[in-house]
Amino acid sequence: MDDLFSDSAHKLFTQTFNDAVRHAAESGRPDANAWRACEESGFLDALVPEPSGGAGLRLCDVLPVALSAGWHAIPAPIVPTMLARAWLATIDRRAADGSIAIAPFGLERDQDALRIPCVAWGRVADWVLARSEHGWHLLDARLAQRTPWGGHGSLDAGLLWQGTLPGALPACEVEPDTLAAASHAAMMAGAMERVLGQTLEYANQRAQFGRPIGKFQAVQQQLSVMAEHVAAARMAAVLAFQSETALPDPVLAMAGKARAAMAAPLVADIAHAVHGAIGITEEYALQRFTRRLREWRRADGSESYWAERIGAHALSSGATALAYLRTRLYAVAA
Amino acid sequence: MLLTTLAPIAIPEEDEALRAEVRAFLEEAMTGRAPDVNARSWMGFDADFSRKLAQRGWLGITLPREYGGAGRSQFARFVLAEELLGAGAPVSAHWIADRQSAPLILRYGTQAQKSRYLPRICAGEAFFCIGMSEPGAGSDLAGIRSRAERTATGWRLNGSKIWTTNAHRSHYMIALVRTSGSAEDRHQGLSQFIIDLSLPGVTIRPISDIAGDAHFSEVFFDDVELADDALIGNEGAGWEQVNTELAFERSGPERLYSSMVLVDCWMQWCREARIDDAATRTALGRILIELGALRAMSLAVAGLLARGENPAVQAALVKDLGTELEQRIPGLIADLIGGRPQAVAPAPLVRTLAYLEQIAPTFSLRGGTREILRGIIARGLGLR
Repeated sequence: MDDLFSDSAHKLFTQTFNDAVRHAAESGRPDANAWRACEESGFLDALVPEPSGGAGLRLCDVLPVALSAGWHAIPAPIVPTMLARAWLATIDRRAADGSIAIAPFGLERDQDALRIPCVAWGRVADWVLARSEHGWHLLDARLAQRTPWGGHGSLDAGLLWQGTLPGALPACEVEPDTLAAASHAAMMAGAMERVLGQTLEYANQRAQFGRPIGKFQAVQQQLSVMAEHVAAARMAAVLAFQSETALPDPVLAMAGKARAAMAAPLVADIAHAVHGAIGITEEYALQRFTRRLREWRRADGSESYWAERIGAHALSSGATALAYLRTRLYAVAA
Repeated sequence: MLLTTLAPIAIPEEDEALRAEVRAFLEEAMTGRAPDVNARSWMGFDADFSRKLAQRGWLGITLPREYGGAGRSQFARFVLAEELLGAGAPVSAHWIADRQSAPLILRYGTQAQKSRYLPRICAGEAFFCIGMSEPGAGSDLAGIRSRAERTATGWRLNGSKIWTTNAHRSHYMIALVRTSGSAEDRHQGLSQFIIDLSLPGVTIRPISDIAGDAHFSEVFFDDVELADDALIGNEGAGWEQVNTELAFERSGPERLYSSMVLVDCWMQWCREARIDDAATRTALGRILIELGALRAMSLAVAGLLARGENPAVQAALVKDLGTELEQRIPGLIADLIGGRPQAVAPAPLVRTLAYLEQIAPTFSLRGGTREILRGIIARGLGLR
């Protein structure tokens, strides 16, 4: 299952998301054909139960797709959509076709206007699963006025609707903010692997002082550190997807997001240090991944936010550090 | 890329079942010990404690039954090791023998050597130390100058070793010495010997350390007469053998858990004193999150060992990342405690913290320095 899935995801993403599609998305024009190809692939409903038209897979089964989405730096919320559809299915709801962004923070309302200042994927998403004090709401982002929120090429946007807030969806044990955490953990892990591969290739090819720069000890030491963090982030992302249901264990999702977020800026920085000036150009592919890494790190809470939640949980649990590690920060799906 | 794709692995049920037994033993055996004593962890020496573990069949747990071991898996060893380290059990006396000397003897020893040493290691009657570093040769072991010359009855050993953990309280040393050629031959001409430290000509001088202990020693060999069968493995194969030994040394969970007693001691104080501000929670969360990923990686390495693979590069990666975290933990906790000086930390916690602050630099020196390990990883990445 693992390799087959991985290969089909890789093929789909390679064929569907080229530079033109990427540029369009970053200009606020998501490519409908590209999204349709994703819908037709069946990936988006992979976690939806079979009676509801999905493949009924477990979260651990779709990890290869999630990693691949990060490896390709797909400019669309494929992974949040997969998990959000699974979540909606557990409360017997379904969004119409289209991509779903998850917005746990910032929802405000006036008399007859709704506003969410910064939604990750807000420039391109069709739907937003947003949190209010009453619970979670599914909002149609195609009806919203979108304002770019992040920096150059960011897919974040503020969304503004005229109208009132629809009723909250039924409560569920798992909260969608942990879905966002797990999604971004896997995407960051995939992107970091891509960046490591690019950087190693560059270091082995670029020659100065008569040899590839990868032969210099100073460069090698940095690359070793980079590899360590890529490995740890990947493990944390893999753990975040260790679930035999369609939804993540919240603590593992939080830990995955936090560990990947800790690694992301370090990995991006070393990549840029090794690449030199060419890595800062728009033309060279590195920036495609490092820009996303920094956005995904900040999306819906960076490492400190999730670490604080886990620290509070650990303190109140009364457990020793080892017991907490073993029982809450580890799982292997059968 | 194999290096970065370690897969999480489930501990088999029969090995996980060992955990409850070990915890029950430790609850009884560790009562009344101060946290700063426990903080010595795998550097805490207690021959009686080691023998008690031996009586439970927990020394040489992966060694074959015919040699006194329990014939159990790498996972059983992982479970046992992490419970011992988590509690700060004083395992130092047998730790080296269990972790690397016995596996080395099992791998390269003659039948006679295996029969002579392994049962006594498992019984807690033979403690071993590692003879690698010398005054002139630390990271560059090719530069060692201890030399064994052939004699009619075996070998004559001259030279010295330094930084030898527990030499002054061990029965044997497995030493890397030159048996032919010279330093110019680099890694050729090196061999390993099992040296009975009670032999005439062996002088051991404990070295006082930064934390007020004397955990390591200088060892001098003056015309030490070794029997023929002191040689382990093949003459001239010392470099290959020592690398195998180092892979064993690098692959255990003690490379993550050196600061666990401090973390627990601090957590306990935070709970008792109701300290749960954002900075404390965040720091604790970060520590646990980083440890969690590392534990999973360490377990994955144990899984590779259990499959008979040789995960030397993966072990180096986990060791370097693990020791970096172990070293960072005391400083993080120091700043949290120091960030609120009005809340005075209790003396046992402060002593535990101070011990870890002082000894933490050793974590990235033992078993291969940070810079050496990163070179090994770089080779594994295809850069060298």
